[in-house]
Amino acid sequence: MSLLILFLAAFAASAVEMVEALTIVVAVGVTRGWRSPMWGVGVAFVALGGIVAVLGPALTLIPISALRLVVGALLLVFGLQWLRKAILRASGWKALHDEDEIFAREREAARAAGRERRGAIDDWFSFTVSFKGVFLEGLEVAFIVISFGGTKGGVPVAAAGATLALVMVVVTGFVVRGPLSRVPENALKFAVGTMLTTFGTFWAAEGAGAHWPGGDAAILGVLGFVVLVSLVFVRVARGLRPAAAAVAA
Amino acid sequence: MNALRRFGAFWWDFVVGDDWVVAVGIVLGLGGVALLEHAGIPAWWLLPLVVAALLALSLRRAIRGS
Repeated sequence: MSLLILFLAAFAASAVEMVEALTIVVAVGVTRGWRSPMWGVGVAFVALGGIVAVLGPALTLIPISALRLVVGALLLVFGLQWLRKAILRASGWKALHDEDEIFAREREAARAAGRERRGAIDDWFSFTVSFKGVFLEGLEVAFIVISFGGTKGGVPVAAAGATLALVMVVVTGFVVRGPLSRVPENALKFAVGTMLTTFGTFWAAEGAGAHWPGGDAAILGVLGFVVLVSLVFVRVARGLRPAAAAVAA
Repeated sequence: MNALRRFGAFWWDFVVGDDWVVAVGIVLGLGGVALLEHAGIPAWWLLPLVVAALLALSLRRAIRGS
């Protein structure tokens, strides 16, 4: 069961981040041509794969309790960041992520930029923008996948979830040739936030010496608690909005 | 030096994010769990409560700042 939740967490996290990266790459590609952006994407994936390939096995050398403490704390920090933003968006305190608007902004920047050749790269601007987009959006997914090395069989399962999401986003992006604005990003971010917070809480507490009643089955209890608390906070935060803003929404 | 500072700022932003209180709270919460367990008191319940409190605090800070 916990491996299934790991798979879903990695899948959803990867889907959200890759949709955001795709918006940047497609905006550059349709404006300035595809060759250099594809180089940027390729180099970014090689770098991300290298990070997972090197750090993943290296983590197995660390004692499991220390690993769970550090990895759990890291997942908690990530998870609470995702959750906070998702709750603020769901309650109307923060604007929803608008891929169409970001796409238009990136296209405008791509039109305005000059063209410079460096080595084998025809268009350095397209290369660097695409590389940064994919690498920075993918870095958190890479760390999430590596973090799941804290559980037996975690890295391959998480990597499979992340890869499946990547393939789905790339194929859909290739067909659509535009931003994937219909993907329910906030709902996915909410789900990822609850799952990362759940695993972070479970592992970090174990790493600090706690013993969960029911063993691994307690993950479901923690997940239920985190979801419930988050939904309550969405409701409370909605109630705190000024009356005028609530009417306008 | 500038590149080193940018490198440090990137990793600070990546790991700690935009609310350092959450990161500090998690460290303190884990310290509390370790202390209670060391004293022989089961402490599995503490971290979920700390997480809920930190989320509430972080949301409050974000809403007040907006």
